[in-house]
This record gives sequence, C-alpha cells and structure tokens, in this order.
Amino acid sequence: MALASAITDVEQLKAHPALARLLAWNTPVVEAVKFDREELTIWVQKGSVREACAILRDNPACPFNYLCDLTAVDWYPSEPRFEVVYHLLSIPKKERVRLKAKLDGSSPAIESVTSVWPSANFYEREVFDLFGIRFTGHPNLKRIMMPDNWEGHPLRKDYPVEGYR
Amino acid sequence: MTQFPAATIDEPSQDRTLVLNMGPQHPSTHGVLRLVLEIDGETVVRLMPEIGYLHTGIEKTCEAKFYQQVVPLTDRIDYLCPLTNNLTYCLAVEKLLGLEIPPKAQWMRVLMNELTRINSHLVWLGTHAMDLGAMTVFLYCFREREDILRFFEMVSGQRMMTSYFRIGGLALEPPLGFFEKVKKFADRFPGNVDEYEGLLTGNPIFLMRTKGVGRLSAEDAIALGACGPTLRGSGVDIDLRRDAPYTGYENFKFQVPLATEGDVFARYACRVQELRESIGIVQQALAGMPEGPVKADSPKVVLPDREKMKTQMEALIYHFKIITEGFSVPAGEVYQAVESPRGEMGYYIVSDGTAKPYRVHMRGPSYANLQALSKMCEGQLIADVVAAIGSIDVVLGDIDR
Repeated sequence: MALASAITDVEQLKAHPALARLLAWNTPVVEAVKFDREELTIWVQKGSVREACAILRDNPACPFNYLCDLTAVDWYPSEPRFEVVYHLLSIPKKERVRLKAKLDGSSPAIESVTSVWPSANFYEREVFDLFGIRFTGHPNLKRIMMPDNWEGHPLRKDYPVEGYR
Repeated sequence: MTQFPAATIDEPSQDRTLVLNMGPQHPSTHGVLRLVLEIDGETVVRLMPEIGYLHTGIEKTCEAKFYQQVVPLTDRIDYLCPLTNNLTYCLAVEKLLGLEIPPKAQWMRVLMNELTRINSHLVWLGTHAMDLGAMTVFLYCFREREDILRFFEMVSGQRMMTSYFRIGGLALEPPLGFFEKVKKFADRFPGNVDEYEGLLTGNPIFLMRTKGVGRLSAEDAIALGACGPTLRGSGVDIDLRRDAPYTGYENFKFQVPLATEGDVFARYACRVQELRESIGIVQQALAGMPEGPVKADSPKVVLPDREKMKTQMEALIYHFKIITEGFSVPAGEVYQAVESPRGEMGYYIVSDGTAKPYRVHMRGPSYANLQALSKMCEGQLIADVVAAIGSIDVVLGDIDR
C-alpha cells in the first residue's frame, strides 16, 4: 500500500462538510487545508478558533458536536512556534476533522473553547501546563499534571528530556 | 448548557458546608485519584477531581525513543488494557508508514483485543461490586481474569505488560495449543457471566445502590466529553469498532449495547452485555482464523525471524539497522482512534521524517470520562460518589500518563 500524496488544494476538498461550512461562513478564516492519510486538517486563523468551533458544532448538515482531543505541537525553533490541534467528531455522521491554529512563541495565547465544549476544560489546562500556552476565557487555568510551583513547561522542545538537574 | 465546575475548591462557599478531601490514598478511588468535595451534611454540593499524582511524562519520553521502542511504553499507560494501547499505537504508525498487515495478524489482534476487553471489564466488575459491598463477585471475576492473563503469558511471556503487537504485525506466532485453550474458555465464559449477573442484576441491595444514582443525560455526556460505556449508558449510539472499523472489525458481527437511563446501573448493564458480545467476537475470530504469516513483509520495519537472522547475512544487516538506527517514517500526522474498554482511545502522532516520533499524544478515555464525574455526583450522597467512580471505570495510568 503506497502512500497517496497529500492534497492541499481547497477546490478539491470543499465537498467535506466541515470545510464547506467554514468557507460558507467566512472564507478568509481558512488559512490552509491538507488531506493526508484519509484525514482532513484545516488551519484556522488563531483569532477565530472559538467561533469556527461553535459554527462547526451547530452545523445543521453535519454537527461536529464532540471534542475528541485538544493538544499542541511545538515546532521550536521555527516560527510560528506552536500549533494548537483540535480533533472534532460528529457523532451523528461519524465524520472527523482536525483544526489547527498557529501561535507565536513569545507569550502564546488563544481563545478558550470551554464555552463551546465544557470538556475542553481539562485539555486546555493540560496544554497550559505542559506547553505554557494560555487560553483566554478559561474558567480555571492552572497546572493540572505538574505541581503548582513547577518551573518550565515539560513538553516544550527546549525542555530537556531528563529535566533540569 | 452544562458547565464543568469553574474553580478549584479551596474554601466552603456557604456557612453550612464543609470541604472534604477524598484520596489520593483511598481504597475506592481505584488508584491515586484525589477528589475534593464540598458537602452539606451527607450531600455533595460540588466535586473537583485533582489529578497528576501518577504523571510520568510518557509523552515526553516517547519523543526520545525510536518508533519501535515506544511500544513497551504504551503498555504502561492504561495498564488494564495494555494490548489496546499497543494496538492503537501500532495502527497509528502503520497508517503513517502506509503498511499493510497480513490477515492472520489482524484476526489475532481482534482476538487478543477482545480478550483484553473482557479482562478489563472483569477487573471493573469485581472492584465496582466490591465498592458497593458485594465481595463474592470480585473473587469470581478474578478467577476468570486469571485464565485470560495465562493466555497473555502464553503468547507474549508477560501477564500484564505484554507488548505483543508490534509495528507491522505481532511479536510472535501464537504457541501450539493456544487456540484450543481459548476455545475452551470461550465456551465456558457465557455461563460465568450468568453467574455474575445472578449475583448482581436482580440483587435488591445492588439495585438500590445503582438505579437512579449518578445520572448523566445524553447532552451532558456529549458536552462533557464522556466516551465508551459511559456515553452509551446515556443512550448515545457510538462504537468505533462498528462506526470506523479498524484492523478487520468489519468482518465481525456484534451488537452495540445501549441503555438510556444514564445512571450507574445503565453503565453496568452496558458493560455486562459487552462481555457477552466480546466473547461472541472471540468465537468468530477462532472459527475464521486465517493461515499465513503474522508479520508484514517489510524488512526495513519488521524485525526478521530469529532463524533467518542466524542464517542469512541480509536479515542480520536489517536487524542491526533497525535496532541501532530505527526506521524513518514519512513526515505527516495521524490521529488513530480505537474503542478501548473505557471508550475512545486516540493516539495523535506527528512525524518529521526521522526515526523518532516528533510528538506523541495519547487521548485517554478515562481522562475524558473523569470530567463527567462532577455532574454525576452533585446533589447525591457521599456514598454514591463511590458508585459513580466505579461506574466510569477510571484507570489513573490512563489519566496522568
């Protein structure tokens, strides 16, 4: 089974319900798309992530009503350094989509989606704890895995695997 | 819409309430779960889980290992279903590589995965019943669990940390006599489930402790991110084995148990019915087990057989290369989700084209289910918190990673 090459052309992918809805709502919000290994990724403008999530959740044709996962990737030392990754699932239609937002390395912050899905609460706290990305509007943004007085954010690439000794 | 409790509970919010700490060392919190409760007499006003006591940084460790070295780490995440973790990770890497798995390996994966589900549900049933005061069920469940652990030992040499699934197939062929033993177990097991049900399903004490306790509506379950039997117990019909089949599940016939009440008993009923469905899948896998190799034909990724390694120069070179340098994986990213005993287990892997994963993220089902606990317990009695914890089947290794 050879790997098919990734599709990055918006025109070819706009039949997907998530992309179609976002384009119909506000075309400039979609920065880029990629269809690779049977999975669709949409890069969304970082200022519009919460609204885009709410739009997709309430999409009548295919409601992406379930937040599967929320995490981040650190691309240190390149800029924009962080990507926040949202995995959405439509329980009625069994469709999946991945949203991504790019953040700069200096004081990274993005709007919280806890008002769209209360389940984002723990995930955002985890990303805050391990990557140091702040989520504005989060009701209880504090460390969840590491002790409260911990220094640094362990999943950042400039944090050594063995920790600071 | 429902909201997760906003703040950590430090102080009582009213004059008449009291803040009570439960755990992390408490016999019924199934590990090192700590709950902070605000109580009014015996009634829970607010509940907040405090986690992180078992955080071992597995995600960070993965970034420093070769792809094949991550497999044993995955066992240690959700330690009650190690094979499901192995499966999810291997499927994700195979998807990144575009690797095709031979049919026998796929059927063995289904067989072992369902045995793991039974194993995990037996631990849940035993401990859940014991939390509610029914000691006997625990002994019965662990009797059958012992049989399953022996099967794991037969195929992998390990009872719990199996690492039996490898990237590209299985570690080893199943040994002689393995299928006969599993067949004997599978024929006997439905009778054992009748035994457990005989002790619990009609038991008035068990019914009083579970019916109407820890209710969760379907909307709340979705909004709070519950998954697996917790979600199905609230009437949401989703099972990834049926809705997004992986590793050959499309070849098997099974029902997805549903309940609509959303209480502790509904989740109990779903899981007990799943025990019966799982043993049905095991029977089908045994009946239709194909012949052939258990490893993909991809010498750069899959370790050669021991015998070939000792007789063929080429095999020896590949072995040396894989062990010392690993194998590079084409750049890209995948999210692979699998229906674990507790719900959707997802692995998000980002590859930058080297031999080590750039980022591995595990989406643990217990982590998602734990957020629904507050909603279940508010307004209930303290004693019912124990029932609710048992009903979502938390595994702290899966939460803290």
